[in-house]
Amino acid sequence: MKRLAWPAGILAALLLVNLIFTDHFFQIEIKEGHLYGSLIDIFRFGAPLILVALGMTLVIATKGIDLSVGSVVAISGAMACLQISTLPSQDSIGGVLGAIGVALALAVALGVGNGFLVAIVGIQPIIATLILMVAGRGLAQLITDGQIITINSDPYKLIGGGYWLTLPFGIIIVAVVLALIAFVTRRLALGLLIESVGGNAEASRLSGIRSHGLLIVVYAFCALCAGIAGLMISSNVSSADGNNAGLWIELDAILAVVIGGTSLAGGRFSLGGTVLGALIIQTLTTTIYSIGVPPETTLLFKALVVTIVCLLQSPAFRAKVFRSRRKPAPPTVPAGEKVTVRT
Amino acid sequence: MAEAILRMTGIGKEFPGVRALDGVDFRLLPGEVHALMGENGAGKSTLIKVLTGVYSIDSGEIELAGNRVAFAGPLEAQKAGISTVYQEVNLCRNLSVAENVFIGREPRKFGRIDWREMRRRTSDLLRQLDLPIDVAKPLSHYSLAIQQMVAIARAIDIDARVLILDEPTSSLDAGEVAQLFRVMRRLKEQGIAILFVSHFLDQIYEIADRMTILRNGRLVGEYVTAELPQVELVGKMIGRELAELERLDERPPARTSDTLVEASELGGRVAPFSLTIREGEVVGLAGLLGSGRTEIARLLFGADHAATGTLRIGGDQVTLRTPRAAMARGVAFCSENRREEGLVPELTVRENLILALQARRGWSRPVPRKKQDELVAKYIKALNIRPDNPEMLIRNLSGGNQQKVLLARWLILEPRLLILDEPTRGIDVGAKAEIQKLVVELSDGGMAVLFISAELDEVLRLSHKVAVLRDRRLVAELPNDDTLTTDVLMETIASGGAK
Amino acid sequence: MKTLALPRQLPGRLPRNYLPVLVTGALFIAMFTAGGIRYEGFATGQIILNVFIDNAFLLVVAVGMTFVILTGGIDLSVGSVVALTTMIAASLLPSTPSFLVILLVLAIGGVLGAAMGAIIHYFEIQPFIVTLAGMFLARGLCYTIGTDSIPITDPTFTAIAQTRIDLAPELWISPTVLIALAVVLVATYTLHYTRLGRNVYAVGGNEQSALLMGLPVARTKIAVYTVSGLCSALGGLLLSFYMLSGYGLHAVGMELDAIAAVVIGGTLLTGGSGYLLGTVLGVLVLGLIQTVISFEGTLSSWWTKIVIGLLLLVFILLQRLIVTTGVSRER
Repeated sequence: MKRLAWPAGILAALLLVNLIFTDHFFQIEIKEGHLYGSLIDIFRFGAPLILVALGMTLVIATKGIDLSVGSVVAISGAMACLQISTLPSQDSIGGVLGAIGVALALAVALGVGNGFLVAIVGIQPIIATLILMVAGRGLAQLITDGQIITINSDPYKLIGGGYWLTLPFGIIIVAVVLALIAFVTRRLALGLLIESVGGNAEASRLSGIRSHGLLIVVYAFCALCAGIAGLMISSNVSSADGNNAGLWIELDAILAVVIGGTSLAGGRFSLGGTVLGALIIQTLTTTIYSIGVPPETTLLFKALVVTIVCLLQSPAFRAKVFRSRRKPAPPTVPAGEKVTVRT
Repeated sequence: MAEAILRMTGIGKEFPGVRALDGVDFRLLPGEVHALMGENGAGKSTLIKVLTGVYSIDSGEIELAGNRVAFAGPLEAQKAGISTVYQEVNLCRNLSVAENVFIGREPRKFGRIDWREMRRRTSDLLRQLDLPIDVAKPLSHYSLAIQQMVAIARAIDIDARVLILDEPTSSLDAGEVAQLFRVMRRLKEQGIAILFVSHFLDQIYEIADRMTILRNGRLVGEYVTAELPQVELVGKMIGRELAELERLDERPPARTSDTLVEASELGGRVAPFSLTIREGEVVGLAGLLGSGRTEIARLLFGADHAATGTLRIGGDQVTLRTPRAAMARGVAFCSENRREEGLVPELTVRENLILALQARRGWSRPVPRKKQDELVAKYIKALNIRPDNPEMLIRNLSGGNQQKVLLARWLILEPRLLILDEPTRGIDVGAKAEIQKLVVELSDGGMAVLFISAELDEVLRLSHKVAVLRDRRLVAELPNDDTLTTDVLMETIASGGAK
Repeated sequence: MKTLALPRQLPGRLPRNYLPVLVTGALFIAMFTAGGIRYEGFATGQIILNVFIDNAFLLVVAVGMTFVILTGGIDLSVGSVVALTTMIAASLLPSTPSFLVILLVLAIGGVLGAAMGAIIHYFEIQPFIVTLAGMFLARGLCYTIGTDSIPITDPTFTAIAQTRIDLAPELWISPTVLIALAVVLVATYTLHYTRLGRNVYAVGGNEQSALLMGLPVARTKIAVYTVSGLCSALGGLLLSFYMLSGYGLHAVGMELDAIAAVVIGGTLLTGGSGYLLGTVLGVLVLGLIQTVISFEGTLSSWWTKIVIGLLLLVFILLQRLIVTTGVSRER
């Protein structure tokens, strides 16, 4: 697909830089039945971001945004660890599954809350999800009682740090979720309905789409993705930190979506693009480490990337900078019409 | 007769594929209210936009008080003394009345805004317009009518010589209209030239001294209101459809099939009306733009909520809260506002085509791709959609082809009642004839059609009976027999059904 | 949507716009009274003054944020600009005269803000994204300067940090409070008695209309982001006085506190309505929540965030109610 060409190009360029600066970058080896290598690590450490970004993609496709995913990451990790820490045996698989269930149910409930505020109450998405972004951190600390809950559970450790069939388990989870989303949106019809609501909400309503329910489902799903990411992150370090888990992941996720070619104005979305976008961000971090640039400058690179991507996406920028001598087309929106939107 | 303050000569304006204005002459005298008349697409709004500098002109010239002018935007026009007040009022409702009159040129004392002086001057100004209101309150506190008058006050105080009122009355009640007219008369006395656009004929005949009529981007003529009977006005606005279209069969025989839809005293944004539609019957809605045609359609489709009355579909009494509920009852509605209520521009022809069907099936039961391709191929062929590439983005199609895709979106559902709101507007003659033929075929197949069009010939040719609307009121229901002609329809619209 | 009809006018000739400010004021008084009853040594003037002292920098930043939000925008970069300011100040102070440092950081803040404003306006990119990039940029610059905390030993800075201004026996404030209050006064004057201020409200009320009324929309939008950048830099200076250090991790998440203070102060996030007095009250409420929680002892600090989130929810719903009833009147 043409739309994926240039994020793929950026990723390739980043990998190329690594090839030059790092020995054995593309080397993948099997040790003790597990796959190892820099490329595997990019996937492994990038897995939570990919998940959150996938959920965010659907939200953004509906013309929305979800700022609360970082908080949901922290809450779900905290809830799972709290449940496990109270188990008589932390290695009990049933107990761990129960804990995961409780954590994910909580995440979904929070997502439904976001969806309710956006769809039913009619609050702008950025504001509606800001509430949970602020309160959620407190909620996560409330769950952990302000401590960092440390657990020692082998089954739980599997989610973020374990291997299965030689592959890191996190990659398997991402693959399963990606396959699921791709199935539901592209094989089933959810994707079309989402793109339609994001592209023209009124036309969608008049075509009989139940946009309220759809929005709630999308926000709930986004929170579910964040919840799973939260499990991965806490499992990887075998502890839950209400304060720092998933800090700023919402911004990285939005960035990944935008880099992947899904417009913040809603409508068409690209799951593949989002995965590429998340991988670019993760590779950028890895690259900066590996070529010896101080890791602190990652943020500078990100600032640069956001600016360039957004400028390129802005029609006003393209019109002003790549101005051609064509006769300007008549405005399709009559001057008076824009005004009615806001009262 | 006084010298014209504004004179537009030979104005031409072309958009890709459309000649919006073609050699139009227009003049405005000081101290008159001049109505600009015409149906959709006649070129009224283009003329206003050309005048106020929103668009540039391709040919012709504009003279203001004897000087040739060309404005780069509404702001420049305003500075030269041409102010426009739109229906939706371009003011800031969050600010006080006084600020809305003075913002950008607030009186200042020692460098700070002199609020007291600003309020005093606003009060004085509004009192001259018979509007003694508290000017310290936010504009949003007041009704739309008062907001419009505040906009007018701002325009006057900036020294407007020409005031354009673009459909100011569409959302006002009778009392508010009277108040607005009082203000307009007072301004007239002060020598201000007022260009007035309204779809309400009564209002035109009450307030306008003269009028200019446009049709299809051309000037029909300039008339003194008192000398032009209403029926002639309607005739001049609507015109006659020339023999461009192949004649369809003689008028269809009246239907005697079962009643499908029965609305009784149903009302909302239109006055309560009663209307029955039989199975296989084509009911035409005739009336000028803004007469309530679309409002009736939206009520029957559940897009708006009914405030009064009852609705029966297929014998069951129903309350339609959402379009979805109407669809479940077999009602389909193809909106006149393609861009905002029809197209999802970023989706392909195929996706737009199956959207309503998919919405009905829900997210979990996709229309199988093979079925999609069959349906799409069938309707592309049946409706002659060009180009015939289903994977093209719909925004790249021409207006007529977009319209056919939207029509197909509803036909796929095989509705029992199909509401078509201006399905032939702004599309080429060939596509128009195809859509008309389709309506006849659908009706023969047993589908009821509510057909809305500004073109009376078209309504007459297709309908079994015609409901006539005027000023948001259903004024007559006429069987389409030999006695019904476009003249009779025009007469009915002009007289409001009172013969 | 079913909503309760709000009275069009409150008793005592107060327009509906003041309602959120009143609610916030009442909330502050109620919290203070309840605290006074519940805890010994709470109901003193110094408690309120301490809230000012501890939150002077937040107050200044929130003032800048109020300008931005009044135009319907948002500025996510403020916390990072605060941190960047402390960092630049701390790293330059040993070798540069303090007044030069102060001028320099203020200039940097202003230029950053103006640049973001220009991008937002001329390239029509959402403020959220542009200021997000600004946030990354400023934090990134902090870390490029240094990753560790840099102590400030400059005599001017330490003098300001240690000065106590006695108002009455047992009542004192710091110079930073005076600076913050001066900022509030200047900003209030600007918003209510200058054309720039009124244009801010007009742009927030309806940008398209403002344009058609001939107001300098571009200048106004760039100006508010410049003001916000300046306020963030000044807030950063106040924070350096308070902390006597520069650190890249200072003021993490401060943008949320500033936005919360503005919203709780009754300013509409969609723009066009709100008062600086509300923002001051918003900051005070946030500060008082922390004070109450520290007095409570058994309550933990994370309750602050939960309470702030709940307050946000309540105030956003209240705003929604006001807007809905306002609109329904016009239809």
